[in-house]
Amino acid sequence: MSTFNPEQVVHRPEFIRGDELSIPTLCLVQQDGTPYDGAELPVLEQAKALRIYQAMVRTRVLDERMLAAQRQGRLSFYMQSTGEEATTVGFAAALEDDDMIMAQYREQGALVYRGFSLDEFMNQLFSNELDYGKGRQMPIHYGSAKLHYMTISSPLATQIPQATGYAYGQKLAGYKRCTVAVFGEGAASEGDFHAALNMAAVLKVPVIFLCRNNGYAISTPSSEQFAADGIAPRALGYRMHAIRVDGNDLLAVYGAMMEARKLAVERNEPVLVETMSYRLAAHSSSDDPSGYRSKKEEAKWREKDPLSRFRNWLVAQQWWSLEQDEKLFADEREQVLRTLKEAEHRPVCRLDELITDVYDEPTPQLKQQLEALKAHIRKYPDAYPKTAGRLDHG
Amino acid sequence: MVKMNLLQAINNALDIAMAENDRVICFGEDVGSFGGVFRATSHLQERYGRERCFNTPLVEQGIIGFANGLAAQGSVPVAEIQFADYIFPAFDQIVNESAKFRYRSGNLFNVGGLTIRTPYGGGIAGGLYHSQSPEAYFAHTPGLKIVVPRNPHQAKGLLLAAIRDPNPVIFFEPKRIYRASVGLVPEEDYQLPLGVAEVVREGSDITLLAWGAQMEMVEKAAEMAEHQGVSCELIDLRTIAPWDVETVAASVKKTGRLLITHEAPLTGGFAGEIAATIQQHCFLHLESPIARVTGLDTPYPLAHEKEYLPDHLKVFEALMASVHF
Ligand SMILES: Cc1ncc(C[n+]2csc(CCOP(=O)(O)OP(=O)(O)O)c2C)c(N)n1
Repeated sequence: MSTFNPEQVVHRPEFIRGDELSIPTLCLVQQDGTPYDGAELPVLEQAKALRIYQAMVRTRVLDERMLAAQRQGRLSFYMQSTGEEATTVGFAAALEDDDMIMAQYREQGALVYRGFSLDEFMNQLFSNELDYGKGRQMPIHYGSAKLHYMTISSPLATQIPQATGYAYGQKLAGYKRCTVAVFGEGAASEGDFHAALNMAAVLKVPVIFLCRNNGYAISTPSSEQFAADGIAPRALGYRMHAIRVDGNDLLAVYGAMMEARKLAVERNEPVLVETMSYRLAAHSSSDDPSGYRSKKEEAKWREKDPLSRFRNWLVAQQWWSLEQDEKLFADEREQVLRTLKEAEHRPVCRLDELITDVYDEPTPQLKQQLEALKAHIRKYPDAYPKTAGRLDHG
Repeated sequence: MVKMNLLQAINNALDIAMAENDRVICFGEDVGSFGGVFRATSHLQERYGRERCFNTPLVEQGIIGFANGLAAQGSVPVAEIQFADYIFPAFDQIVNESAKFRYRSGNLFNVGGLTIRTPYGGGIAGGLYHSQSPEAYFAHTPGLKIVVPRNPHQAKGLLLAAIRDPNPVIFFEPKRIYRASVGLVPEEDYQLPLGVAEVVREGSDITLLAWGAQMEMVEKAAEMAEHQGVSCELIDLRTIAPWDVETVAASVKKTGRLLITHEAPLTGGFAGEIAATIQQHCFLHLESPIARVTGLDTPYPLAHEKEYLPDHLKVFEALMASVHF
């Protein structure tokens, strides 16, 4: 089928220019908590609104405390999502609990919302024997089959075409579900992103592509990442729906995602959602943003804090008070510290797990390599303190 | 001579190459004004401008595809892949394009100006995706040169040679010792030859062969063996492709034994290729089977990194077993 339309014929060379297309941004609530004039707020009942806010607070507190723990040398690495909690909690709140989430690495808010416990976070962060990932991946590479949250992979953008495939499988199986692929505006440059969108549009797949446009990919500002008006317009070239949202506005993210889910699930159509936000923290605990951006720029965005905006709205609804708020923060801090201490003292995962899950069964070579390793550790127990004393109970 | 760490030596080599030839262009993720996540390209944008040192969008296949085009046009691209683990999105461009450009066109076109720099290897608590040593995948591809320096002096001399070599070169940088490896480096321009191994220390009982960060393990193991009265000859291979068969074979003929170590898994690792070639050249001189001390046949783990690594103790055990075979 050709896209040549005989009714739209011109007789001079006329070019269509990318910069003539600009996409509006959905903003519903102002920083002081009052809705914009004419804003159509999504329906959000009190209990759910409070669950969302609590998840945002827990995410903020977890990030603060774990970065501090990293600085104290208690864990090797950490990544914060500070400034993006409205996006990462808001999108999850708009989904059904069994819609699959295939995230990047800064979406802990979605996991908190779905009920991943502080213990579960800590076990992964400390690679202890309760870590579902068996101590193989760096901190923050969470995953939960129970919560329909695909285990994070470090290579960027690989989850995006996988989400298209996952969602296609759900469609064929007749489930009324969608899959959400989450990624940064940096990762959207990868070939995988383009492959994913094209296939999703052609195959009519119930997948939502959620781009967190937070302005930076490590040190690279978005102005050096793409020449276009952000990521949203790319969907149009593939004939997909797209919407751009104020990523610091919980209600806007929630509302847009509710509609996106409807399009995906009811009509089997892929949707691209771009949330405009800012990475307030460093890229990771290994990064120092003072080398590439100003304190002034950060301060400007701190004034748009998504937590305070949503809190102001809750307070205006008379669903929440500042006293309750203080108590919630204090409780969360206390719980995070308590679970942190428990998890860091749990023994590290078992040495035998070095060779499991490479295949469904360890190969003869792997078994032999493990035995040789154990013999070696027995000979030099002091050199391998984490495992030397525990070889025989696995 | 100036004291430099390995990163500073790389930066210095890039600086010299860019100053000398304005067709040398450095780019990759975060390499622009920030100077790269490891700071290997610090100040190059200040000195040579945004057209010759810049951030690319986050797309490895694009970085290398773009570099192939640049090189075909006659420029001298030095592309950075942020971690060797992320070279795989560019695998097609490297293996099918960079490596075969000259051959398939009957040398009408070539991308000989291309150099790909990338930090590789473990020991930094990086887990699966920040620790891999993928040299063997590329060594299997005719048309690519593969170079791994072990210290600042080598890093500068080999990188300058790689940039000026008329073939595409992958330059693997041992990130574990980026800052830890410090040494005296000549300030002036110099090159070390590609394809030539370095005999680091002479010995008579066994030849220990390694490259990059693994040389440190070999040196420590050799010291331990020395206390047991075993004399080790140490060779740094420096170039994986093409590798210096002659130097290694001459050493093994002298010592009668060979141990090869690398961090990558055993199966299909480059040690296998070396062992096969050396047993062919030195069969009648060998007094024990050629030993390989490598990573396990698992992805690179996090919590058990220490257990996984072919450390000095494992090298020591294997070399003593070889000597007492
Ligand atoms: C394929 C690949 N290339 C490079 C990296 C190294 N890397 C990790 S995060 C990152 C920046 C990602 O930026 P973005 O997608 O915008 O997400 P953000 O960190 O801003 O949330 C880079 C380059 C990687 N993990 N995977």
